[in-house]
This record gives sequence, structure tokens and C-alpha cells, in this order.
Amino acid sequence: MPVNPELVGREFPPTAPYLVGREKVREFARAVFAESPQHFDPAAAQALGYADVVAPPTFAMVIQDLTLQQLLAEPDSGIELSRVLHAEQRFRYTRPIVAGDELTARLSVTAIRAMGGNAMVTSDAEITDAEGAHVVTATSILLVGEGEK
Amino acid sequence: MSAQLTVGDVVAERTVHLTRESLVRYAGASGDFNPIHYRDDVAAAVGLPGVLAHGMLTMGLAVGTIESWLGDTGRILEYGVRFTKPVVVDPETGADVTVVAKAGAVDEGTARIDLTVSCDGVNVLVKAQVRVRVD
Repeated sequence: MPVNPELVGREFPPTAPYLVGREKVREFARAVFAESPQHFDPAAAQALGYADVVAPPTFAMVIQDLTLQQLLAEPDSGIELSRVLHAEQRFRYTRPIVAGDELTARLSVTAIRAMGGNAMVTSDAEITDAEGAHVVTATSILLVGEGEK
Repeated sequence: MSAQLTVGDVVAERTVHLTRESLVRYAGASGDFNPIHYRDDVAAAVGLPGVLAHGMLTMGLAVGTIESWLGDTGRILEYGVRFTKPVVVDPETGADVTVVAKAGAVDEGTARIDLTVSCDGVNVLVKAQVRVRVD
């Protein structure tokens, strides 16, 4: 089944709120070799003007991943995880993610481009805080193979 | 962070040694449990040259290189990469990922930092660019 072009513009519900924990921020920072004290020490983060420890920039992927799961769960998407390659990733920040944030993401598929038998699927996750203010927009481009006919 | 930033300046560089433990750690921290990142048999079955590092691990450690130069990751306005070549992590010897961060463009109040990210002399990311606030 090819990727369904009608995914572009489809409305998706916001993801369930994700509460960013201090220990999760520390765990993620260690995993990506991010060594700044602002990720580990609340006092260091507060000295920079943040309420609590600051997540490394690519932590936004953890939230965006919830939207990619929504996309894969669409019964008519034509996208199977085993045929997906992550081709490109971008983040556009209003502010960094901080422990204590309660984040929701809204998925939109902005482009599907055929490339031979494959498709390049561009999707945005607009990530907002509990007040509804923009935090970061995460954009993934997935290369989806055609698979079996 | 230097106020006098000139295009071509190397602002930071480092080499990060990845092991299989690094991949398991990233899987747990990120929730990405795709088995091609920890199982040789699954990687081989789908035609890969070996167990691969998560692209998002490479992207994450790459930008981590400029953190101490920046002083605050809140200065990062945009960050994007294209994943071009896989990072194969040998079960015994691991893999070394080398990151060189250079000023690619300097404007009023912002700069574009270009990251060259390589493993065994091969660039694994292209167009790895970070737009940062430098005022």
C-alpha cells in the first residue's frame, strides 16, 4: 500500500500531556553526552533564569515521537515502521524545554513527495506548554519504502 | 562565548566514543527501542552492516559539542540535520564520532554554526546547522 496522500491536511487530536521530570532530563542529558550543569543542577539552571533543569535541544523528539506514533496508527496511512528511514530532522525553538513543563503536541503532515517507489513524508509536531504557548516545532522527514505490492 | 565571531572560526570540537552501552542508554532515555540499535541478528536480517547508533543520538551529541561555548542552550533558535550515513557500533571496539563546530554565517545578533560530524573519516550528517542567538 503506498503512502496515503490524503494524510496531508488531516486533523489529529493533541497528544496527551507529557510532564517533563527532572530525572528524565538528567537521564536524557547523560544519554546524549550533554555535559552542561544547566541539565543537571537546578541552581545552575536558575542562575540562567529557568525554573528547573533544562532539557537538551533534541529532547523535543521524545514529545514528537508521540505524534509519529499517531501517524503510524492511522489504519489507512500506508506507512509501516519497518519500511521507514529517518531522513531529516529539524527543530525551531521559542524556548527550551524545562523540567516541570506539561507539553502537548499537535501533528500535521505537511508534504508527501513521491520519489521513485518511495515517498518522503514531512510532518510537524507543534509542541505547546500548559498555557498553550509555543515551545518548539519539531519537523521530521521520513523516507518510506514502497514495500510489497 | 566570544563576542568577536568570524566566519570560519572553530568554536568547539570533540570526539565521543560510542559503545553498545551508549545505544542501550539512549534507547532507554528516548524510548526508541528499534532493535536495529541493539540486536546484531535483527540488523543483519534487514541488510544493515551492523548495529547502528540512533540518528537522534548522533544529532543530540553533535549539538552538545557547542554547549559550553554557548553558555546556555536557550540560545539555540533552530537546529536541523540530514542523516546520510549510518554510524556502525562494533560490539567490541565501538565507534568514534567526531564533531567540529564552525561559524558558517554571522549576522546581527545571530550566527549559524555548521557542524561537521564524521565517523571513520566519513560524514554521517549533512547540513547539520544550528542557528543561535549571540547578542
